[in-house]
Amino acid sequence: MTGYVVRRVAQSLLALLGVSVVVFSLMHLVPGDPVRTALGTRFDQEAYEALRARAGLDRPVLVQYAQWLGGVLTGDLGVSFRSGRSVSDVIMARVPATALLAGASLLVALAIALPAGIVSAIRQGKPIDYVATALSQIGVSIPDFWYGIMLILVFSLWLGWLPPSGYVSPLEDPTEFLRRVTMPAVTIGVVTGAILTRFTRSSVLESLNAEHVRLARAKGLPEGRILREHVLRNAWIPIVTVTGLQLATLLGGIVVVEVVFAWPGLGRLALDAVVNRDYPVMQGAVLVIAAAFLVINLLVDLLYARLDPRISYS
Amino acid sequence: MSATEATADDRPVVDEHRSQWRQTWSILVSNRMALFGLVVLGLLVVAALLGELLAPHGANAQGFEFYAAPSLDHPFGTDNLGRDVFSRVLIGARTSLQVGAVSVGISLVAGTLLGLVAGYRGGWLDAVLMRSMDVLFAFPIVLLAIAIVAVLGPSITNAMIAIGVAFTPIFARVVRGSVLSVREEVFVRAVRSLGASDVRIVLRHILPNVAAPIIVQTSLSFAFAILTEAALSFLGVGVQPPTPAWGLMLQEGRGVIDLAWWMGLFPGLAIFLTVMAFNVVGDGLRDALDPKQRSIIESRGQGVDA
Repeated sequence: MTGYVVRRVAQSLLALLGVSVVVFSLMHLVPGDPVRTALGTRFDQEAYEALRARAGLDRPVLVQYAQWLGGVLTGDLGVSFRSGRSVSDVIMARVPATALLAGASLLVALAIALPAGIVSAIRQGKPIDYVATALSQIGVSIPDFWYGIMLILVFSLWLGWLPPSGYVSPLEDPTEFLRRVTMPAVTIGVVTGAILTRFTRSSVLESLNAEHVRLARAKGLPEGRILREHVLRNAWIPIVTVTGLQLATLLGGIVVVEVVFAWPGLGRLALDAVVNRDYPVMQGAVLVIAAAFLVINLLVDLLYARLDPRISYS
Repeated sequence: MSATEATADDRPVVDEHRSQWRQTWSILVSNRMALFGLVVLGLLVVAALLGELLAPHGANAQGFEFYAAPSLDHPFGTDNLGRDVFSRVLIGARTSLQVGAVSVGISLVAGTLLGLVAGYRGGWLDAVLMRSMDVLFAFPIVLLAIAIVAVLGPSITNAMIAIGVAFTPIFARVVRGSVLSVREEVFVRAVRSLGASDVRIVLRHILPNVAAPIIVQTSLSFAFAILTEAALSFLGVGVQPPTPAWGLMLQEGRGVIDLAWWMGLFPGLAIFLTVMAFNVVGDGLRDALDPKQRSIIESRGQGVDA
């Protein structure tokens, strides 16, 4: 177990190092001079020299990487080509919005997936199972950005129930936050929930067919008790794992949904930075999202190894 | 062994192969969802090949009323430039399938090669290749594609490259895993002991035996590649106007959705139907070919140690 933890952590650190190389290379793979490109028509020799020097672009590439990595480790991600603000500050200001949206989306996903998955497993082959399976197929295939736009059309423009976009901090106005987070969270939550429904169903099914469950049934235990004590107790371990991993995958889908709902999070920051050719901000945002993805994956794997004593990682 | 005996020995093998594919096909079409998917895909291919001939108007033909609601003349209405939305959706099928085919082609070839080499060779080469794949895997796919497009510049070609690169690790993992399970089989050891070269062993004996998961993965990846292209075009970093592409049409419709809901509804429905068709065909293929393999969604959900 300890060996596994050490190996798994080392593997993640290695991947993180690789991620840093890829992210660092992004700016250096831009054809031509990134600073010149970023300045575009606002070109001015003095600003150009200053930005180049600040980004350290006049030094050898390896030295630049070492300095950049050193900066990353101490929380210094450079300055924005556009605003001149510290990239770390810009990113930190965006983290709460993304984290709240991710959390709310996961809640929606679980609220759909747990009942739907469990019921369709128990009623395997019955009409309700087919309906749940068909709906999850639809949810998996639906383009989230389109679905989000349709929600805005119906619930904001036609019915006028919810504001179409924007973000309000829950610390300022909790009710308004809930009104604004509902549609984006439902948009992501339905897609994620569809994926989780499939997992929940197969996990509960596997557990339903286990020896000890048949034994419990043979003993004449009531169905409700079998379900609670014998089926779900075993089924929840893989469900927890997959839920954690979905949280990581969800970070990818969040980029597009943040754009649809004008949600001021990391995903939109990354996209705006790409459009504005603000490479330091793009690097910072991509790095933070990829690092979060790796860390969540790592934690989930460790949790899984801890929860399920049958699994031995030699 | 005489020549006649050799052919007699070979024949059942050939027949078995053929009947295996026939069996796969009959299992596939007996699955109602998969059959539905195949029909949709058939229609899509027709639209992609003959879109211009079938469409009532040109993709960029203007001159109609702006923002006309759906009617008999314009079943999907007209857009902000007075173009026929139905014609654009129909002709746009080509863009989606083209991006899907090229980008999945890139990840299929690159991922299969990497997976074959890593799985067959093992050792440090395997470790280096697969750890590199882990690095790519650490980026959410849309974000990785956006970052690649940021470097290369927004265009349809660069979107295809970006999506192809982003999906390569999935193929590499699936192929490597299958190679590992086949590599030590008796028949592989037998041909190796007969002195067959590595290239021959891999191409003639290992590749055919790992084909099933690759085929399933291809269909499912098509779904995700088309979805990713639509997302990139929607974000303005994929296909550029005036090319008719569903994601782009959705972006154009988004700002005027209160004025012309049809500009947003129909391109989105087209994306949805296409993605679902590839998904159900992929799921059907998996059931028919390789029941043990999990869907792409599930294998992506399994994270780094999958």
